[in-house]
Amino acid sequence: MIRAENISKSFGDRKVLNDISAVFEPGKTNLIIGKSGSGKTVFLKCLVGLLDVDEGQIWYNDILFTGLDFKGRKEIRKQMGMLFQGSALFDSMSVEDNVRFPLDMFTSMSPEEKLERVNFCLDRVNIVNSNSLFPSELSGGMKKRVAIARAIVLKPRFLFCDEPNSGLDPKTSIVIDELIREITVELNMTTIINTHDMNSVMENGEKIVFIEEGEKCWEGNKNEILQSDCRILNDFVFANSLARQLKESSK
Amino acid sequence: MFRFLSGFGSYCMLMGKVFAWPEKHSIYYRQTVKELVSLGLHSIGIVTIISFFMGAVITLQTAYNTENPIYPNYLIGLGARDSIILEFSSTIVALILAGKVGSNIASEIGTMRITEQIDALELMGVNSASYIILPKVVATVLFNPFLTLISIITGIMGGWLVGTSAGVITSQDYIYGIQYAFIPYYITYSLIKTVIFAFIITTVSAHQGYFVEGGSLEVGRASTKAVVYSSVTLLLFNVILTQLLLS
Repeated sequence: MIRAENISKSFGDRKVLNDISAVFEPGKTNLIIGKSGSGKTVFLKCLVGLLDVDEGQIWYNDILFTGLDFKGRKEIRKQMGMLFQGSALFDSMSVEDNVRFPLDMFTSMSPEEKLERVNFCLDRVNIVNSNSLFPSELSGGMKKRVAIARAIVLKPRFLFCDEPNSGLDPKTSIVIDELIREITVELNMTTIINTHDMNSVMENGEKIVFIEEGEKCWEGNKNEILQSDCRILNDFVFANSLARQLKESSK
Repeated sequence: MFRFLSGFGSYCMLMGKVFAWPEKHSIYYRQTVKELVSLGLHSIGIVTIISFFMGAVITLQTAYNTENPIYPNYLIGLGARDSIILEFSSTIVALILAGKVGSNIASEIGTMRITEQIDALELMGVNSASYIILPKVVATVLFNPFLTLISIITGIMGGWLVGTSAGVITSQDYIYGIQYAFIPYYITYSLIKTVIFAFIITTVSAHQGYFVEGGSLEVGRASTKAVVYSSVTLLLFNVILTQLLLS
């Protein structure tokens, strides 16, 4: 479980996050939604410690993450996996080397065991016969899947996904969403997904936190979102006519 | 002044991270070998070509500017040798490498920064500065002295080949000149400068790349800054080292 308490973050005079609190539960896909520039990515980067918070606390289970130094955080980071918006695969490494990198860095497994684990993870994300390819030779969807394989290779307890569907076609987006959901249940991870893709929200939204202008405006799940009276949330979620019709029909 | 101090401060802090104890030596060793190939072996071609022609030009210019019958002809070889060892093969080659290697390092690390590859390393709990920069520093500091030696040999050979072909000096005079009053310490001096210049080029360029913010335009700017800052810094250190080592 991850618990964020009263998180605030500013860049210069600009306050990007203002007093946000939320609890993200294990075995569930937790979504942070909001329009572009609302502070979702900054919030996610604060949660994983890539940005330091100005105020507030972040807890990983019963460990106060914000109170730890680099060494202390390192132990928790070994239990984290992250899927970045642009995949963030290492350009100079092949698919196999990318996925094997965390194993090389943090385990004492034999080369055979590492290869077996790499192939298992690649197989799990449906990447076959591509071990020797380089990131520049992969499609957007393949890059995301390799990045997921790298994120789960150490069997993390916490998975973070920053806009996993950005730049993907609707069908591939669904494949990625399903993959993340299945892996979350399989490994009983606490998964947090940053998204503004409404398909993802309706498919994966077991817990949803809506952020607007750096403040938490609403919290619920995919069933509650259809019934919500929050005007700002409705303006965001039901921005197009199809979504508005869906809401009307659900009433 | 404030910008300089702030930049120097962030450079020192980055170096603190770079020279932290490596997490896994085998990985760093593998990275260092990769960098030796990429930054060292791949620089041999340009160093050889430039040194050959510069050696040739130094010899011709020395010959055409010492046409006084009082000066013996072997002084052309001696002049070419000392110019190449003392200044050309260490400083000028370092300036050329600041352009080639420095821009390469800054753009590579800058691209890693803007494509979140550095964030990915940090998130895994890897000391990204050490993992990315330390192997480059070790590779250039180890390999650049060999580049300097290659440059010295090629430069002197270029001078001999072109000097004798152009008829400005005989082969015997040139060979006598490059052996005459030879001070072995000059080679040591040149290699000491090379090691320090290699450190400057790599770390200054890495610093520019590591703190890039923005997109491809900023990576380009960082690459240009890396060349300018490392060139100016090594020229300044050239003066300091010359005074310290030859006085």
